[in-house]
Amino acid sequence: MTTTLDHPSYNFNVVRQFTVMTVIWGIVGTLVGVLIAAQLIWPALNFETPWLTYSRLRPLHTNAVIFAFGTSALFATSYYVVQRTCKTTLFGGKLAAFTFWGWQAVIVLAVITLPLGYTSSKEYAELEWPIDILIAVVWVSYAIVFFGTLVKRKTSHIYVANWFFGGFILTVAVLHIGNSMVIPVSMMKSYSIYSGAIDAMMQWWYGHNAVGFLLTAGFLGMMYYFVPKQAERPVYSYRLSIVHFWALVSLYIWAGPHHLHYTALPDWAQSVGMVMSIVLFLPSWGGMINGIMTLSGAWHKLRHDPILRFLIVSLSFYGMSTFEGPMMAIKSVNALSHYTDWTIGHVHSGALGWVAMVSIGAMYHLIPVLFNQGRMYSIRLINIHFWMHTAGIILYIVAMWISGVMQGLMWRAVNTDGTLTYSFVESLIASKPFYFIRFVGGVLVVAGFILMAYNMFKTIRAKDGSLKPVDVA
Amino acid sequence: MSSFWTIWVSVLTLGTLIGCYLLLRMCLKNFAGVPEGESMGHTFDGIEELNNPLPKWWSNFFLLTIIWGFGYIAVYGLGGWNGLSGWQSSNQGILNLAESKEKSALAKETGMLVQYDREVSAADEKYGPIFEAYAAQSIEALAGNEEALKVGQRLFLQNCSQCHGSDARGTTGFPNLTDKDWLYGGSPEMIKASIMDGRKANGMMAWSAALGGEQGVKEVAAFVLSLSGREVDATAAEAGKVKFAMCAACHGAEGKGSVEMGIPLGAPNLTDNVWLYGGSQRAVETSIANGRAGVMPAWDKILGEQKVHVISAYVYSLSQK
Repeated sequence: MTTTLDHPSYNFNVVRQFTVMTVIWGIVGTLVGVLIAAQLIWPALNFETPWLTYSRLRPLHTNAVIFAFGTSALFATSYYVVQRTCKTTLFGGKLAAFTFWGWQAVIVLAVITLPLGYTSSKEYAELEWPIDILIAVVWVSYAIVFFGTLVKRKTSHIYVANWFFGGFILTVAVLHIGNSMVIPVSMMKSYSIYSGAIDAMMQWWYGHNAVGFLLTAGFLGMMYYFVPKQAERPVYSYRLSIVHFWALVSLYIWAGPHHLHYTALPDWAQSVGMVMSIVLFLPSWGGMINGIMTLSGAWHKLRHDPILRFLIVSLSFYGMSTFEGPMMAIKSVNALSHYTDWTIGHVHSGALGWVAMVSIGAMYHLIPVLFNQGRMYSIRLINIHFWMHTAGIILYIVAMWISGVMQGLMWRAVNTDGTLTYSFVESLIASKPFYFIRFVGGVLVVAGFILMAYNMFKTIRAKDGSLKPVDVA
Repeated sequence: MSSFWTIWVSVLTLGTLIGCYLLLRMCLKNFAGVPEGESMGHTFDGIEELNNPLPKWWSNFFLLTIIWGFGYIAVYGLGGWNGLSGWQSSNQGILNLAESKEKSALAKETGMLVQYDREVSAADEKYGPIFEAYAAQSIEALAGNEEALKVGQRLFLQNCSQCHGSDARGTTGFPNLTDKDWLYGGSPEMIKASIMDGRKANGMMAWSAALGGEQGVKEVAAFVLSLSGREVDATAAEAGKVKFAMCAACHGAEGKGSVEMGIPLGAPNLTDNVWLYGGSQRAVETSIANGRAGVMPAWDKILGEQKVHVISAYVYSLSQK
């Protein structure tokens, strides 16, 4: 069931633009991911071209999925949700359009500069300073549009989805500006104003909260609207929303040091990072409980509605990765898992499982509403997409778990004379079959996205209102 | 760390944990003004919210992690304070290897070892005798001891293969260790000295200016290549031969390198068609024009003499086959 457009005064144009780009960037981002996964099996696939080497395409992949795909999805849904739940159109007039074109410009610049080798070398913050400034300008405009809309809302309360969107927008602004402070030496080269362990701490304060606020809080905002909407059920617990929102945002900001266990970072800072990560576990699960329990009394809908299935399975992956994360933040577990493929597996159970699935579900809900249809062009294709995506993720993360734990064990194995049992190359050879399984999983995910794009364009091009909603029992 | 920052971070950390506890307590009570399980009474785009209580297992588990958090901080410390256990992973605030060794020595006297030192001394105690026994034998003897060679090979794979390759055949800029062509000599003693103290090429200077630019470089390169029996432009080589006098100081009059002359300069033999930086006309010209400066790091302080001894035996054995 989808909601028809009952408030034509809403600014849905920008939502439409971001929605379409979400799907397109989803294909681009995962396609680059599959290419670099293939390069790890067949190194010749870099074609001896500097622009196509793993080291340059890897940041392109992460930037494309996080900032192009994920963030476009957040722009689309936050602009949609804030208007509908505040019963008012977007604040700031043309500023919303500026955020769309500005953000797409950032992505295009990333697509050009990263393969050319321009990088600040900070993970997930690789873009050089002129682009960083553009990001800051766009992001502050985004905050003005979003919070401006909240201020002129026509409802007495602020809906929980908007707490999460607001928290994410505000914190990402602070994180991005804080971590990107540099001294430029030329148009495309700069040096961080921080040095040594402090630079590392700043980087992972930013890096982990890109995960915590952008990829967790932001998408929880999405979840809080689209799950109850698609399930047509009330949110399970208002009080749980309160405690898990405030605990999540106040604890997450501390968790960064767990990326720097057993490094030059002072021991106490590592300890604080570990403690906060573990205390964070239950607040993270609060969102999953609230989402999944929202379905109580409507479980049967999962059998017929693949969109709801995307949303609910995304919450299961969310629960799994937010359990895995605190566990990996424990120093002694981290001693095994750090620098191995386990981390890659963890990230992708979050990115493909949680972030992508909740976004895909939200997009399938949104597209018909935005383009005056009762439903997507083909429900069957959504269902096929669901199974392809799920199978892809499972292949991916299981391969990375096995490979990661194996690497961790091989790297620490010691002979009776105290020398290491395996050289690094031997652990790479042992991982190779799992790299192939990961590649197959990735291909399934990309193929699913391509189906989605086909389904989207068919829906958009269909005559207005010609796709009637299906009656789900 | 100054006391201000210690207080700052302590207040924020403990305040966050206390705040979480107070928040949990607040939400355990029904403050919403509607009976539990009922709707909150406001709808957003058709979405209602129920006033269900927090799941008991969830709130208890959350409380438990908060209590555990305080406990962990008490044991492991916060800010400048090392906690009740005094545990440290490594010496904090160290700026160089000398400082670290000094602190470790001091810790051994007082018995307050950091985890790293404890692990290292446990390893030394366990594995030390094995390497002590190897150290008592000569490198030639070890090169015939299969067990010792296996240990040496593993140490090589862990520490040396990054540059010299897993098969020790090297690559551009990093010498092949299996070919009997030595920059500093292939005797057991010279090999060990190379690993212990490292080598910094005395400097293949940039000769471009001294040779009068491109033409001079081309001529010397032609002559150098001819030494290895390569086909070259005879006139250029003839002109290069005269200029080669400048090169003879290190490479010898016949270009057979510094090892042949018995001096450890690291100047390669130019007559054997083995090229550390590539043997193409262009690569040799680049070497002459711009110079080369390879560095082999010193492993004494990193691995200790006894382990270097075993690695030396392995490397020595490679060219004895």
